[in-house]
Amino acid sequence: MLRLPDFDYYAPSTAEEAVRVAADHGPDAAYVAGGTDLYPNMKRRQQTPAVVVGLSRISALREITGEASSGLRIGAGVTLTRLAEDERVRAAYPSVAYAASTISTPLLRNMGTIGGNLLLDTRCNYYDQTYEWRKSIDFCMKRDGEICWVAPSSPKCWAVNSSDEAPLMVALDAKLRFVSPEGEREIPARELYGADGINYLTKRPDELLLDVCLPPANGWRAAYVKLRRRASFDFPVLGVAARVKTAADGTVEEATVVLGAVHPSPRIIEEAGAVLVGRKLTDEAIREAGEIAQHLARPLDNTDFLPHWRKQVVATHVGRALAGLR
Amino acid sequence: MGVSNGTPKDNGANGHGQTTEPVGRHPRGEGERSDSAVVGKPFVKVDSRSKVLGTMKFADDLTLPRMLHAKLLRSTEAHARIVSIDTTRAEALEGVYAVLTGRSMPITYGILPVSQDEHALCVDRVRYIGDPVAAVAAVDEETAEAACRAIDVVYERLTAIDSVKTALETPEPRIHDYGEEGNIHKRVDLEFGNVDEALASSHHVREDLFFYEGNTHLPLEQHASLAEWHPDGKVTLWSSTQTPHYVHRALAKVLELPPSRVRVVAIPNGGGFGGKSDIFNHEIVVAKLAMVTGRPVKICLTREEVFYCHRGRHPVLMRFRTGVDERGRILGMHSQTYIDGGAYGSYGVASTFYTGALQTVTYHVDRYKFDSVRCFTNKPPCGPKRGHGTPQPRFGLEVQIDKIAADLGLDPIEVRKQNLVEPHSMTANWLRVGSMGLGPCIDKVVEGSDWYSKFRKLPYGRGVGLACGSYLSGAGLPIYWNDMPHSGVQIKLDRSGGVAVFCGATDIGQGSDSVLAFIVADVLGIDPVDIRVVCGDTDLTPVDLGSYSSRVTLMMGNAAIEAAERARAPLAEAVSKKLSIPRSRLVFGGNRVFDAENPETGVTFAEAVQFAETSIGTIGSTGSYKPPRAPGRYKGAGVGPSPAYSYSAAVAEVDVDPETGLVAVERIWIAHDIGRSINPTLVMGQVEGSVYMGLGEALMEAMEYRGNRGVVHKFPSMLEYKSPTTMEMCDVVTYLIEDPDPNGPYGAKEVGQGPLLPIMPAVANAVFDAVGVRVDEVPISAEKVLKAILAKAEGKDGRYGPAKTPAVEWHEPHRVPPPWEGGDGRAIDDPKHMPVPLADPSGHRYKHDMSGD
Amino acid sequence: MSAPVPLTHITRARNGRPAKRRAQFTVNGEPVDVLFAPHKTLLEVLREDLNLTGTKHGCELGECGACAVLVDGEPVLACLVLGLDAEGRDVTTVEGMADGPALHPIQEAFAQYGAAQCGYCTPSFMLTAQVLLEKNPSPSRDEIREALSSSICRCTGYVKIYEAVELAAARMRGEEADILEEAIYGR
Ligand SMILES: Cc1cc2nc3c(=O)[nH]c(=O)nc-3n(C[C@H](O)[C@H](O)[C@H](O)COP(=O)(O)OP(=O)(O)OC[C@H]3O[C@@H](n4cnc5c(N)ncnc54)[C@H](O)[C@@H]3O)c2cc1C
Ligand code: SF4
Ligand code: FES
Ligand code: FES
Repeated sequence: MLRLPDFDYYAPSTAEEAVRVAADHGPDAAYVAGGTDLYPNMKRRQQTPAVVVGLSRISALREITGEASSGLRIGAGVTLTRLAEDERVRAAYPSVAYAASTISTPLLRNMGTIGGNLLLDTRCNYYDQTYEWRKSIDFCMKRDGEICWVAPSSPKCWAVNSSDEAPLMVALDAKLRFVSPEGEREIPARELYGADGINYLTKRPDELLLDVCLPPANGWRAAYVKLRRRASFDFPVLGVAARVKTAADGTVEEATVVLGAVHPSPRIIEEAGAVLVGRKLTDEAIREAGEIAQHLARPLDNTDFLPHWRKQVVATHVGRALAGLR
Repeated sequence: MGVSNGTPKDNGANGHGQTTEPVGRHPRGEGERSDSAVVGKPFVKVDSRSKVLGTMKFADDLTLPRMLHAKLLRSTEAHARIVSIDTTRAEALEGVYAVLTGRSMPITYGILPVSQDEHALCVDRVRYIGDPVAAVAAVDEETAEAACRAIDVVYERLTAIDSVKTALETPEPRIHDYGEEGNIHKRVDLEFGNVDEALASSHHVREDLFFYEGNTHLPLEQHASLAEWHPDGKVTLWSSTQTPHYVHRALAKVLELPPSRVRVVAIPNGGGFGGKSDIFNHEIVVAKLAMVTGRPVKICLTREEVFYCHRGRHPVLMRFRTGVDERGRILGMHSQTYIDGGAYGSYGVASTFYTGALQTVTYHVDRYKFDSVRCFTNKPPCGPKRGHGTPQPRFGLEVQIDKIAADLGLDPIEVRKQNLVEPHSMTANWLRVGSMGLGPCIDKVVEGSDWYSKFRKLPYGRGVGLACGSYLSGAGLPIYWNDMPHSGVQIKLDRSGGVAVFCGATDIGQGSDSVLAFIVADVLGIDPVDIRVVCGDTDLTPVDLGSYSSRVTLMMGNAAIEAAERARAPLAEAVSKKLSIPRSRLVFGGNRVFDAENPETGVTFAEAVQFAETSIGTIGSTGSYKPPRAPGRYKGAGVGPSPAYSYSAAVAEVDVDPETGLVAVERIWIAHDIGRSINPTLVMGQVEGSVYMGLGEALMEAMEYRGNRGVVHKFPSMLEYKSPTTMEMCDVVTYLIEDPDPNGPYGAKEVGQGPLLPIMPAVANAVFDAVGVRVDEVPISAEKVLKAILAKAEGKDGRYGPAKTPAVEWHEPHRVPPPWEGGDGRAIDDPKHMPVPLADPSGHRYKHDMSGD
Repeated sequence: MSAPVPLTHITRARNGRPAKRRAQFTVNGEPVDVLFAPHKTLLEVLREDLNLTGTKHGCELGECGACAVLVDGEPVLACLVLGLDAEGRDVTTVEGMADGPALHPIQEAFAQYGAAQCGYCTPSFMLTAQVLLEKNPSPSRDEIREALSSSICRCTGYVKIYEAVELAAARMRGEEADILEEAIYGR
């Protein structure tokens, strides 16, 4: 049996208490929501916090508030099952509900939260392994080691942001609200993710995510397309989030294309969005946007499937996401 | 209406399984029943109830008072010399009771007598990442694990070998100092008739290369074992093993105990598929730890460790040269296989032969040549997985036949049907085929799938493919040479009317306990619920060689019929006397023994036992089974013979996304020649499960390694080793063909492995039909399909697959004339070889004389 | 006379490891009160501290589904839930499915169809199916497929599992239903 390492556990019932406990233990503490990311990592000794602060008893984190017209606020502790099934979300943000429904498995979605999903540790085939396995390759830069096995000459880690919701939140320009002993602050999803697989978040470890604020649902539409080997369990090996705003005649006014699961952070492909603006979503326009995205995608050999193939199919998947928005 | 184990769903009316002339081993003598009350009926498995209640105990569910927990420290080097092991820090930890290293168990073992190359813990050399080096018994798993991390091992790294190619190019350092030269473990060169001549005279000769990647069993239950030491010098091991008998032998050998003092109890396996049919380090280690500490010791492997145990499908590179006449009839075939064996021998020598042996049992091959080489590499050892050594060449053969048909503009179905091996005939390599239902199997799936309105007619992206296969119903020879029974069954009856049946077989989920109960119940005419089955316990049950090679139903079944007949005899005798009815008129049925001519006259089964006990004392009986002697007499003839061969045919319908190469299998139609189904529910479950496993192999399962840091398993986890979920599993339409075999119990043949065989080639052939490209490799992954599609679009060869084979110095083959060329089953270089006059000089489709043996 | 041994004694673990903690919850309707190390998962607590070994494990990482249990009626993976988080909750395991000596209709159907081959994945499929049928008494084959996609079965190819769920669903709707001939004899 693969077991968790020793730790002390706290299960506070308010966010304030949680933040305080975490602050008391500094870098030794970790928050846990559904635990579907943290606990496997801990069992593999990728993360070994001495103190774990459970968030599941904080009912305030489980609320969905607000209106689609002014933006919906989704508590960090809302489970993916609920996110996928919530009527308000499905009606106004169907892509968000859909993306949630593609994550992991139904049971994991009963446990996993949107907060945990957006703050998911970056993933890599050389890293998501047990201590002994990693020892056999002398570890890697992300934990306990010196170099990056994916790109041995690279000074940085290329572990992949594999969240299905993160690219959408970036595309939608959602805002995340955090609290810490220093008070509250808001970080736009677009500024949350760093370009390095080790320092993949710009938030501080003691900052607790309270909720995600989706922008008012007015006039834009978004789509998410996920590529993976199996239709259950599997993380994305490519995620495409697209958001467009069109004029009445179908001319694109704004367009954002974000690639997930190919870089250490969800990546906005500015050029792909730009090429669509002022045009209708014709096959031609879609193809161009797809080709740009494909050109800029840099998948590396640290997920399922060969990186070469993952790059080859980017245009197709960007195309499928955009075609869904016609 | 509750389900009890004894509630039959009486469906005999649908006509399945009723043959007028019974074929196969049927109960004989007095009390011959006109029809079967149990066999062929969907009785509920004897252990279903405990399985659905969650009360069934698997090995890791067992606990004993004062039990300690063990952990293994495994090598983090792929190939290295062990310079030193320092266990002092580990021993000093509180809660640690024992730390073992390889020196404590210097005796080697291995499943095959010719490959005794394993140590319970490595002594001076590690051969793959995951090779066990030290072991700890501690108060709990956490402490044992902490202790393992406190063991300091110093390694001196050696060149690690990652493939057959490297193994052939790198004779030094040798991974083992036995086998053939360098890192070649085994080489086979056999020729049955002059193949070059046959190819030269062929109308068309095709040469193709194929590669089949290794994959693993992935039983859902992780291996676990519990050992207890008894102060009187005995040791007991409870283990999730498919082969308690072989584990028993190895334990006695390594622990240097008389076998009579070693008891191995096979606990029902949470899936096996061949993955628990070897002797594993942890099984020996916990027994030793129990001896050292005097306390019960348990181990349950982690999923990662299960990947390291492996013994799964060998990666095989293949070259086939096949010559046919104008109609596509096979005149000669030369098959070469290059096998990556991993770090130890395991079943490898047998696997090597299996990559050639069964190529001749579906389609008649007039002359056949077979070369094979198995190399050692620094990866977890390969071994037997469902289909043992045969899915790889079967894939190549079935794809090649389609290519040949395409070359000649022939219908691939017709080509296959032209070539079918005759029932009750002999093959070029001296295998004796009994009943052979492949023709009807093909017809069923062709009709069911509406083949002719789909093949070459579906829109681009969709396609159908067909393939066939055949498998053993048990290996003809035991793993170690002996003339004793392969399966023994013992029956105890007493005045209660209850019957206890003992057999060494192991239930790994396939339902062997149930088959045993059903057959005995059928012969004794009682309800299966009145039978208690005791299985897989070397102290209590007679030897059965184990749950591998699809041998159990046939061998245990025949032994069970014999034992049950013998148990019935004294009862019949006593009842006959008591009621003054001739024995020949007595019928055993409905929990009674009665007069066939006057059914009201009779006694209950319990009364019959009481009469017999009164007249002759305690009642017990035994039955045994040993397969018929195989006709081949050449070196290597021991692998391939079986009392009976099952046959299957499958059609796959696929949907290929031409833009990504992703393949979705929508539906599979499969027909399986089961001989006779002892229990239809079990048979259907095996067919569907085989289709599932084949689908996984066809599309996604692969044991992959990285070479940039030693040779390390790419991702030993259930998330990254891709096993189809409910979402990938296709619809399955199953047809059972009942062509009873004279050697089978009630005519039954195997079903656990055969239906897997046609799946991979059927999918490959369907992909070709869908998008016109050939992926001559398994798994047929999106990357490969897309690559072939793009190549084709550029006007290149629309094929993905190996282009060359490594250089091997093949030996002069042992030449064995096929039966129809006057052979006597021996190689011509064998001094005892004596050519015999041709039995049938006119034609090559040799039919052997059934009454002869 | 020496001072009495403090009652907290048993909660101090060896090798300086964190003290055991207490949790009270119900399992299959019965209250339990257990002491265990804080890092223990519900899976470990059920199997090792409560001797309820019906809940299986095949990976302990959320990747196989074998450890499914119901917490407050929702199926979750016991290998990724802390035992301490069961505090105050209602946990249902496979051992709680049968009603006294009577099998749950799902158990009955699984037995009849041979949907439990080795039986190792069976508890997880049955518990998940139970929740599915509570929410949706007449699920389509695709809905069943989707709902059961959290568990891997290596033996059955899932076919008999679907058939068993469909049979159980029919019986739970009060219909007279029995196993399908073609499902057990082929076509
Ligand atoms: C088999 C398997 C398959 C999976 N497949 C997918 C997939 O396809 N797509 C996908 O996106 N994910 C997948 N996941 C990952 C994971 O299950 C989900 O991303 C899930 O949403 C994580 O949420 P959680 O609440 O369980 O996170 P946790 O494990 O509880 O937390 C994850 C991280 O976020 C931090 N955190 C959580 N909540 C907060 C908060 N409120 N404030 C501050 N920090 C917080 C934690 O400290 C931790 O570092 C998979 C996981 C498994 C085991
Ligand atoms: S990308 Fe490189 S550094 Fe980062 S986890 Fe993978 S191997 Fe380690
Ligand atoms: S044990 Fe595999 S999911 Fe929990
Ligand atoms: S029945 Fe064996 S894993 Fe499902």
